[in-house]
Amino acid sequence: MKKMQLSYKYINLIITVVLFFALFAAGSVLYNGFFSTQVLLNMLIDNAFLIITAIGMTFVLIIGGIDISVGSVIALVCMLSAYLLEIQHLSALIVIPLMLLMGFLFGIVQGSFIHFFTIQPFIVTLAGMFLARGLCYVISIDTIMITNSFYQFIATYRIPLPFDNYISISVMIALALVAAALYLNNYTKFGRAVYAIGGNAQSAMLMGLPVGRTKVLVYGLSGFCSALSGVVFSFYMLSGYGLHAMGLEMDAIASAVIGGTPLTGGVGFITGTVFGVLIQGVIQTLIMFQGTLSSWWTKIAVAFLLCLFIVLQRIVVSRKERTKSIS
Amino acid sequence: MDDANSLLKAKGICKAFPGVKALNNVDFELKPGEIHCLMGENGAGKSTLIKVLTGVDPLDAGDIFLDGKAIAPKSPHHAQQLGISTVYQEVNLCANLSVAENIFIGREPLRFGSIDWKEMNRKSQELLARLSLGIDVTQPLERYSVAIQQMVAIARALDISAKVLILDEPTSSLDAQEVEKLFGLMRKLKKQGLGIIFVTHFIEQVYDVSDKITILRNGELVGSYETVNLPRVQLIAKMIGKAFDGFESSCKTLKLDILQERRNNFLQVRGLGHKGSIHPFDLDICKGEVLGLVGLLGSGRTEVARTIFGIDKADSGEIVIEGQTVAIQSPADAIQYGLAYCSENRKTEGIIENLSVRENIILALQAKLGWMKHITKKRQDEISKKYIALLNIKTAGPEQLIKNLSGGNQQKVILARWLLTEPKLLILDEPTRGIDVGAKVEIQKLILSLAETGMSVVFISSELDESVRCSSRMAVLRDRVKIAEISGEEMEEKYIMQTIAGV
Amino acid sequence: MIEMKDGHFYGVTIDILNRAAPLMLLAIGMTLVIATKGIDISVGSMIAISGAVVASLIGGKLEYVDGVKTLITLVPMPVAIITALLVTTLLGMWNGLLISKVGIQPIVATLILLVAGRGIAQLITQGQIITVYYKPFQFIGTGYILGLPFSLFVVGLVFGITFYAVRKTALGMFIESIGINAVASRFAGIKVSKYIFSVYAFSGLCAGLAGLIICSNVSSADGNNAGLFIELDAILAVSLGGNSLDGGRFSLVGSLIGALVIQSITTTIYALGVPPEITLVVKSIVVIIICLLQSAKFRKIVFSKWAQKRGIPSEKNAAKL
Repeated sequence: MKKMQLSYKYINLIITVVLFFALFAAGSVLYNGFFSTQVLLNMLIDNAFLIITAIGMTFVLIIGGIDISVGSVIALVCMLSAYLLEIQHLSALIVIPLMLLMGFLFGIVQGSFIHFFTIQPFIVTLAGMFLARGLCYVISIDTIMITNSFYQFIATYRIPLPFDNYISISVMIALALVAAALYLNNYTKFGRAVYAIGGNAQSAMLMGLPVGRTKVLVYGLSGFCSALSGVVFSFYMLSGYGLHAMGLEMDAIASAVIGGTPLTGGVGFITGTVFGVLIQGVIQTLIMFQGTLSSWWTKIAVAFLLCLFIVLQRIVVSRKERTKSIS
Repeated sequence: MDDANSLLKAKGICKAFPGVKALNNVDFELKPGEIHCLMGENGAGKSTLIKVLTGVDPLDAGDIFLDGKAIAPKSPHHAQQLGISTVYQEVNLCANLSVAENIFIGREPLRFGSIDWKEMNRKSQELLARLSLGIDVTQPLERYSVAIQQMVAIARALDISAKVLILDEPTSSLDAQEVEKLFGLMRKLKKQGLGIIFVTHFIEQVYDVSDKITILRNGELVGSYETVNLPRVQLIAKMIGKAFDGFESSCKTLKLDILQERRNNFLQVRGLGHKGSIHPFDLDICKGEVLGLVGLLGSGRTEVARTIFGIDKADSGEIVIEGQTVAIQSPADAIQYGLAYCSENRKTEGIIENLSVRENIILALQAKLGWMKHITKKRQDEISKKYIALLNIKTAGPEQLIKNLSGGNQQKVILARWLLTEPKLLILDEPTRGIDVGAKVEIQKLILSLAETGMSVVFISSELDESVRCSSRMAVLRDRVKIAEISGEEMEEKYIMQTIAGV
Repeated sequence: MIEMKDGHFYGVTIDILNRAAPLMLLAIGMTLVIATKGIDISVGSMIAISGAVVASLIGGKLEYVDGVKTLITLVPMPVAIITALLVTTLLGMWNGLLISKVGIQPIVATLILLVAGRGIAQLITQGQIITVYYKPFQFIGTGYILGLPFSLFVVGLVFGITFYAVRKTALGMFIESIGINAVASRFAGIKVSKYIFSVYAFSGLCAGLAGLIICSNVSSADGNNAGLFIELDAILAVSLGGNSLDGGRFSLVGSLIGALVIQSITTTIYALGVPPEITLVVKSIVVIIICLLQSAKFRKIVFSKWAQKRGIPSEKNAAKL
């Protein structure tokens, strides 16, 4: 009986993991050359920035908020670092920390608006989204190419793995962040407070948890993750452009939701989010191997999954409510 | 009084909210090793007193002493640190976290800077074992019943060195076995010298477990009594506010002699029930009668009304209106059958606060007509002016926003809203709560004159004398079960109280 | 500002009005949605779908019939237009169903369509940007009647009908009532879920119309960029119009003015020779200011301080007097 009960919170996570392997298996059966470690690794390489953003988003969703400014922050980081590197000729070692700090502060400001003035997170981060995207154009309307040697080096460097496989430095950054997030989530007071507040902010306050500080910090963390993702994205694109990472916030939210993090707060899985990203990756790869379908099928498939998972969560919640009222 | 022996003492507590004096010069004393019941009907000031003691609301006047030292709790968290912990009916824990976390969150044991889960689980297991609770502490709290959740909350409170434990209606959603378990725990804690303040509206439980009873009514202290020296009937009399020898004076002059017409049933309820809120019940309502629903708070009075009106969909039984079985799925259906329901929660379920008096009045009629059959502005003005005059509603005009009216006038607007739909059955749930005496009498008179015109009225009230005065017949509820019907000569307060108390 | 040329009115004002037409349509639908305490972030995607449907149905085949270059439409234009509107209304109903029956939060429910919508649009256009050469269709977005842009008549018509519906029937009061207190509204006998369902369907219809105008304006359907981020403008227009994002009382006229203000900002910035994308910065500042003004907490913090600051000198003045 315990096992039966165990499943409900993890149901989305389990479905996602199973689905990922099923899709990968299907691809391997259907297409030659699909079944290889490198195909799997390429999914990580192509989606490292999405993993990073989605992790920040997961924290925000667990606490019961939303952050739709992440895509724009990525674009701003790309643009600003391109500007500082190429036009101001600053060293990469100055630019990168500066960008991370900016992202963090950007999030802190958004979080403060949300907490101190009790404005809906959707609206605040909407303004943040406009602002960051607009600031890109203030810097430049056109693409700025990044020719900085450090960036070039990181962009092209391949970390060799056994059996002729390789990954990029970005993947290493993403994996390091996943590890850090897992630790933060499970082994620190901050991480547990995030869950508590998302579960029941009122109770959390009564239990003496620092609700305000945690909330603001979570948005700061999300801003930091977006900035880190922006740095990784600029390694990937080697340019700054106002239209970079358009709509990425929705991909990040979708990844988290598909990975078993509901938008109602209190529940969330870092590993689930990683699988949520990978599912999008495997769908992309499948469509690539298929050859005739266009890339927009990815969006439809993702939306379909999103819908499925949201409705599923709703059913789980309403069933829980019903059993509660009966008992 | 013996100050040295008191654990928690409150003196001359006053607290006013805009328009209401919630607590007026209330004293309260709790001794160590005592289970002290706090009793009173809705609006008596129980919850305000608890809020003041635990720092949710600041007090206007008065002093609180803990162990003889004056304290001023600034927040529930602060009160907890001082040694006053509260466990609410809706447990204030995070159900999505594990049992162990709920006990230790905010003060988790650390090892090299990170949370030591092993230690935390071990400590929790130990702590719960001391309360004779052997559950898996690594499971999320929501997996367990409310009773266990409450015990976990108590465990947390004890671990933060509680001296005073406040249990605010902890038993409302527990079954008999769970209640027994909780009481066992309470007795155990009592032996350890803890002071427990216990709020409940189940009379049986009061006599089961408590040593002392303090009764509040309308924000005033009625008195503190040793439980063994206070008979049930007297307890109820004190709560409801009727001197025990003042029965003769209860005025029946206004009551109508309409019992003869009882043959004309308007509505018959057969076996209607809703799991978790009201046990299946039968009820007949005749044309032109005022049927009083009496029982203590939480006895199922409101639930009866909600189930009939289609707010809670009944899961058993049927409703027959004028000989025809009807399917009421929603309030909209109920209104079509000529029912009207005036909720006890005026603010959250009655008024639409940002709409004008005029709009609030015509809302239900317009909903009954549908959006296409628009009542013209001119007609709306006429109607609202007519009802403002008829019910003597004090407002600057029909265009004033309803939120700017006083409670009694808001109530009259809601009454006007329902009268406008020309209901055949009007259900009034605590229509006179929280409004001044003048308005109360007006509403009572209105109810009687409505019945005279042939309308059936179901009248729910916590104030027994009001019920007796208005009703021509009564149904008595206890613990979510309809236990009796009273009419005619039996309808006098002593007998009703005995029926409610179950003696 | 306005002058006559070739029987048409020209000038900045007309230009703003004409360009604001799609946004005004969206704002009308969005006003009702927000009045019920909801939000619809899928309108941009629905615009793309509407354009894609109509463009692919009308088609763009140029053929020589009897030596004359004529355009062959796949289906008659009215059928194409009605189909497009039907599709977006159905999508709106889908949103309404998820929100009113399944009980999903509005942002989440409409998020699904926001993500899927552009994919669906691409699916319809097969990933191409479809150009519509059929002249009568271009009339919707660029034509003039009585010297005024045709699109304004569409806006006028929709506004007129909506205004009549909400102010001359009980619809407006029901919507406000639901937005203020859904529980009390249900208790008063209003069929809450029915109306919530309807406002999302209507928002879908408005988005469909806006999509037609945008598509006709540029004579092409671009699944990727048509109506991109316009949902945010629509929400902004509604709140600029003085409507609370917490639902309740609403003003359709206010929302229209809000839409015009946004378009004026864009046009002005354009006229100044500043890159149009910088409007985003201006918009973000506007959003922040509106939010702060609507935040009760902010008003409490700031205005009580103001009152204190002003209160002290005024007392001093009083003492002097």
